[in-house]
Amino acid sequence: MAATRMTLVAALNEALRSVLADDPRTLVMGEDVGRLGGVFRVTDGLQKDFGEGRVIDTPLAESGIVGTAIGLALRGYRPIVEIQFDGFVFPGYDQIVTQLAKMHARSRGRVRLPVVIRIPYGGGIGAVEHHSESPEALFAHVAGVRVMSPATPGDAYWMLREAVRCDDPVIFFEPKRRYYDKGEVDVDPAAGERQPPAHTARVVRPGSDLTLAAYGPMVRTCLDAAGVAAEEGRDLEVVDLRSISPVDFDTVERSVRRTGRLVVAHEAPVFFGAGAEIAAHVAEHCFYHLSAPVLRVGAYHTPYPPSRLEEEYLPGIDRVLDAVDQALAH
Amino acid sequence: MAARGGRGQLHHEPADRARPRRQARLLAGEGRGRGDGRAEHRRHPVSGDGIRLLTPDGERVPHPDYPSDAGPEELRALYRDMALARRVDAEGVTLQRQGELGLWPSLLGQEAAQVGSVRALREGDRVFPSYREHAVALGRGVDPLALMRLFRGVDHGAWDPEAHDFHLYTLVIGSQTLHATGYACGMAKDGADAAVIVYFGDGATSQGDVSEAFNFAAVWDAPVVFFCQNNQWAISEPNERQTRVPLHQRAQGFGFPGVRVDGNDVLAVQAVTRAALDHARSGRGPFLIEAFTYRMGAHTTSDDPSRYRDAAEVESWRAKDPLLRLERLLRREGAADDAFFAEVAVAGEALAARVREGVRAMASPAPEEMFDHVYAEAHTGVDRERAAFAAYQAAFAEEG
Ligand SMILES: Cc1ncc(C[n+]2csc(CCOP(=O)(O)OP(=O)(O)O)c2C)c(N)n1
Repeated sequence: MAATRMTLVAALNEALRSVLADDPRTLVMGEDVGRLGGVFRVTDGLQKDFGEGRVIDTPLAESGIVGTAIGLALRGYRPIVEIQFDGFVFPGYDQIVTQLAKMHARSRGRVRLPVVIRIPYGGGIGAVEHHSESPEALFAHVAGVRVMSPATPGDAYWMLREAVRCDDPVIFFEPKRRYYDKGEVDVDPAAGERQPPAHTARVVRPGSDLTLAAYGPMVRTCLDAAGVAAEEGRDLEVVDLRSISPVDFDTVERSVRRTGRLVVAHEAPVFFGAGAEIAAHVAEHCFYHLSAPVLRVGAYHTPYPPSRLEEEYLPGIDRVLDAVDQALAH
Repeated sequence: MAARGGRGQLHHEPADRARPRRQARLLAGEGRGRGDGRAEHRRHPVSGDGIRLLTPDGERVPHPDYPSDAGPEELRALYRDMALARRVDAEGVTLQRQGELGLWPSLLGQEAAQVGSVRALREGDRVFPSYREHAVALGRGVDPLALMRLFRGVDHGAWDPEAHDFHLYTLVIGSQTLHATGYACGMAKDGADAAVIVYFGDGATSQGDVSEAFNFAAVWDAPVVFFCQNNQWAISEPNERQTRVPLHQRAQGFGFPGVRVDGNDVLAVQAVTRAALDHARSGRGPFLIEAFTYRMGAHTTSDDPSRYRDAAEVESWRAKDPLLRLERLLRREGAADDAFFAEVAVAGEALAARVREGVRAMASPAPEEMFDHVYAEAHTGVDRERAAFAAYQAAFAEEG
């Protein structure tokens, strides 16, 4: 079956549909996921096709949602949880951090919790408070949960399928401002064989002058920045990390060894963010290959501002190119 | 007054209500292929609109425990507040449609619940709102433009809570019930002759925070009135997806009184809230009011309610319109004539025009403001970022 063009939302919907059809132990649960199909329509039509027993509208309680998903997983189910917006995961954060992440280790491997927690995240959509945050570092810092974020419809489809199949808990961050971007998705099961594993990074634009590493919503921004840089005669490589825990350092290191320069970009505040981990790792492991210090681009260490200021708060093409200029000036 | 445990049939669940073991079925996966299950969903767990002092036809009905002595002037004032709130709300929806606001959560249908309750407050009582309490805000003297600033994305809702005894809006569902409880305890410690009222929705009652607030308030005898606007829906989820127990009955389990009031009856809401506040102020602890009402519009301007609810349901509630009901009473008692209603409508248009102009004139804040007020005291990390940001902006300015 040939690849079809669809939005990232449609790709996620297709992925959920396929896992629900393939495995009767999978469940979709969350606020408004049923009749409404989720506020972003990611679960559109699923309850109609799979029934209320598989696509479950939960009470409005994130701790309850995550906590009961843990119980269901203990009983052999594979819950796929939707948190409505990034800023509302925190009532469930306790269950994720103190329970979901630790039970496998605590039980010396006896207990498996294949729970996927989908979180629409990131800004740029003009939303009100708590609807635009990028809390991925808070989760990546917690051992026991995997953290990933697709940047394209194709990855959204295959990475979500892999997240559901994974026996570890996965925090699946969906870049909401890319929800309506379209891209090729090959839904042929055989195409799965050709997909890179979800924990690996991918070079999405080869280049020789500098490596731009990003994930989720910033991959697009970095590709656009690389396009502008190309007009200025600069050849940037863009690496889509795809996975934030673990980070595929091998791919990043290989790229940096070739280009000699690295800029890491994400929407989250730079301070104690994912970029810090990558910069430290590369400084440690690629020191003699670096022609410039590793630079980070991200948001400021302030609360997410009112939407009229988000253009200034979020890193855009200009801020990425500014960092690129600085790195290339060395 | 004592309403401990609820009184009269109004507060009782119908005895014949069959409770299917749906939870068990959910997990057994029997739902597969049953379509959308709408018929099952629409069965409501309770019947009865609650304490009522005014029928939909505008006739007064006395209640022994919750008297209302509202005379013509007060009735007119209540009507005016409700009508102006409705007009501001409609303007919020329009401004969002015109791209002037990012979002607007409409209060349409909930005017009586909000105006009745805020008009029961005394000076010094403190309000903790959720995010739909525009009429309560207006009742506390908050300028409608202050609300619009939040939904335009100019600030996060930065009115002065002290000046209005009206706390900031809270978007994280249920959180404010704990803040209200703590604040009420502080009031009690200070010996203040005042109480707190906290607003939240029916969906919020599912949050652990709300149950924790109920319990803290109960064991601490906090002078707080929990005011739940049960507008029947939490976005797409109907009330029975949140609770198997009529919400006002929750209070009983925590050890304090709870009553249901007809939330579209401004007189009943006012009388019940007054009694609840008296109860709290007099040291007898918290009180839960479930204002049984209906969200006539969409959840917010981003929502499409036609995906999950019937037009017939909305129509059935239209007959209980809180404004129309009060208008009928005013006319029935000869407390207002056409001229009054026309005058209120004119005042509404003037207010709407002021709001419209004010919103359109709102400038975006200066970007540097992001760095203001992150901390109360100097923080070198923020200072450094502010300086870097300024340098970056200056570089752009130089480039022209
Ligand atoms: C902790 C949290 N989870 C989810 C949301 C998203 N959300 C916003 S409003 C809403 C429904 C609220 O329903 P209810 O409490 O009944 O209040 P209403 O909007 O009906 O006034 C949801 C789920 C949120 N704001 N906060």
